[in-house]
Amino acid sequence: MKILSAITACLSGSVLLFSGAAFSADEAKQINGCEALTLGAAISLTGKYATNGIHAKNGYEFAISKISEAGGINIGDKCYNFDVIYYDDESKGDRGATLAERLINQDKVQYMLGPYSSGLTKAIAPVTEKYQIPMVEAEGASRSLFNKGYKYLFAVLSTSEQYLASAVALAAEKAEEAGKDASSVKIAVAVENDPFSLDIRAGVLEDAKKFGMKAVIDEKLPRDLSDMSAILTKVKLLKPDLLIVSGHSKGAATAVRQIGEMKINVPMIALTHCEAADVTGKFGDTANDILCSTQWAESLSYEDALFGTASNYEQEFKATFSDYDGKKVPYQSAQATAAVYVFKDAFERAGTTDKEAVREALTATDLQTFYGPIKFSEAGNNIAKPMVLRQIQDGEYNVVAPSAFASHKVNWPREAQ
Amino acid sequence: MDQILSNIGLLFEFPIVNLKILIDGLMIGALFALAAYGLALVWGVMNVKNLAQGDFVICGGYVAWYLAGLGLPPLMGVPAAFIIMWGIGWVCYKVVISRVIERDLFTSLLATFGLAIMIAQILNLLFGSDTQSIKLEYATLYFGENDFIDVPIAKLIGVCMAAVLAIGVIIFMKRSRMGQAIRATAQDARAARVLGIDTEKVYAFTFSLNSAICGAAGAIIVMVWLIQPFYGITYAIRSFVIVTAAGLGNLPGVIAAGLGIGALEQYGAHIFGIGYQQAIAVLLLLLVLVIRLIQQRRKRQSLQ
Repeated sequence: MKILSAITACLSGSVLLFSGAAFSADEAKQINGCEALTLGAAISLTGKYATNGIHAKNGYEFAISKISEAGGINIGDKCYNFDVIYYDDESKGDRGATLAERLINQDKVQYMLGPYSSGLTKAIAPVTEKYQIPMVEAEGASRSLFNKGYKYLFAVLSTSEQYLASAVALAAEKAEEAGKDASSVKIAVAVENDPFSLDIRAGVLEDAKKFGMKAVIDEKLPRDLSDMSAILTKVKLLKPDLLIVSGHSKGAATAVRQIGEMKINVPMIALTHCEAADVTGKFGDTANDILCSTQWAESLSYEDALFGTASNYEQEFKATFSDYDGKKVPYQSAQATAAVYVFKDAFERAGTTDKEAVREALTATDLQTFYGPIKFSEAGNNIAKPMVLRQIQDGEYNVVAPSAFASHKVNWPREAQ
Repeated sequence: MDQILSNIGLLFEFPIVNLKILIDGLMIGALFALAAYGLALVWGVMNVKNLAQGDFVICGGYVAWYLAGLGLPPLMGVPAAFIIMWGIGWVCYKVVISRVIERDLFTSLLATFGLAIMIAQILNLLFGSDTQSIKLEYATLYFGENDFIDVPIAKLIGVCMAAVLAIGVIIFMKRSRMGQAIRATAQDARAARVLGIDTEKVYAFTFSLNSAICGAAGAIIVMVWLIQPFYGITYAIRSFVIVTAAGLGNLPGVIAAGLGIGALEQYGAHIFGIGYQQAIAVLLLLLVLVIRLIQQRRKRQSLQ
């Protein structure tokens, strides 16, 4: 089955290539009765980020079809529909940058959607900046993207230092409830050596410093991680009160597996990418009471006119893509959808397809979406939406922090499963 | 620096840590040794340095994982991977390796490097880039204070299977006709041909055997750790380090070096941080090469 789909993907790819060539001769391509408005995207369809790259692409595609169904984008008195040229960046930064150049110079793309991961976004942003191409991205959360003075980069997601910082606050709160001082909390941090995870570490250590907490373990995970027993052995010895692990899907999977095997007994464990690694499906009860950060959850009460509520989005998304049956729709898809939605909104407010006017409209974005509020800072990051912390409780992801959104109480301390 | 000192301090403060590190290290070392053993075979017999070694391991892992998904008992995945990877190895030999075997070193390095990239990408297209593992429903044994040492029975079974396989291959090489032919070819391919050994057949057999051993190692790895299409390089690097350290044609040496590297890496990871685990393997290689160089300084040798 997979083989078949891989072959059809290849075939349809080559067909697209030919049809693209044919259309470039024509004046304007029509989609669903509206004129095509071309966006470009270099995204990881192969390589180590392929899983999440495909989640993001599905998110883009879903938004485009929804917008098309709802009558397209109305700019002035004409209607448009998005048409995306995708290239596979193979999860490599240099490839991503080359493809961005190609999209802009050869395919004459005027607007870009972001790639997957902070590293790839970092590689592509200088290119879009050079050619002054507005890029709305949904998958690059590293804060180092937003201190370079980029003017054409907009991100719908919260920056990565916020991912697990709320776990520190939660640990402090629990320590105080137990009658101890917040500064007595010991923290163990194990993150991958990449821009995204290092931001998470920075965010956690900054917050820990505010409380006067001590980091007893502070290690970097290798890229090809399949065994972290050396760190977990130290965790057993040093008995931290909070264990933070971030290393994309493989980090989450390795951590949960070995935490179970080694009976790691830490009162609070917080990870990233739990959903993407499917830790509940793969490891069952072992994953219980682990905290997972998320950009978005379908149980949150956000909504908009196009996609309805967050839970409505999830249902329709699952109905469109059968791959997600019995799984959670990952936030990577939701935010990709939100990025396309932001573009639609900006085009309509700009009333023209002139890229400078669209950029101006993007800076003024103030949008309520199913994914959360979106409002860009000077630097281009979304400052309106908070991060959410969920806890796996009996195999379910329940929102436990921040308290304004919490639907459940946090289970603390975590018992070894 | 403080962290390194405190990590060393932990080793003395809690002596049991040493035991734990050793056990973990020997277990992973056993699997490194298996992959390295196959490499030593191919290197020694065919003089092909197979950079795709690690990808054969991962490929075997995916075979076992896929079959387990179809309902095959996970432990049966090991022989199944052995057989299927034998076939894949044979195809690889006929299509690629047989064409480069007589060429110089760089051609075969390039060819196997290409093979490695191909295998990783094909696995990625077929199965996606998610990490995969088989969860075995065996208990974990705990020893020591606070259950400090954990030995999952799955890991124990994996190590035993690795041992059985290694012993099986050693006996096969010593006793069987084919084993003798392989050793004869390794010593002098031309002489072997003169004496009527079909070296082409021996090469195909050796490469398939290597691929099958790697496949079995991969099937064990997927039961006790994780696999991902791009993890092959980890095992390839270890294999090269081990074979270089132990020397070709020194099977007990390969096994000892494999176990040793496993244990030393775990120590290194404990002291310097897990991020340096692979660096330590490479550093060990460097050390071994320097020592070898000093040892052989007085030997007269000619370049071939």
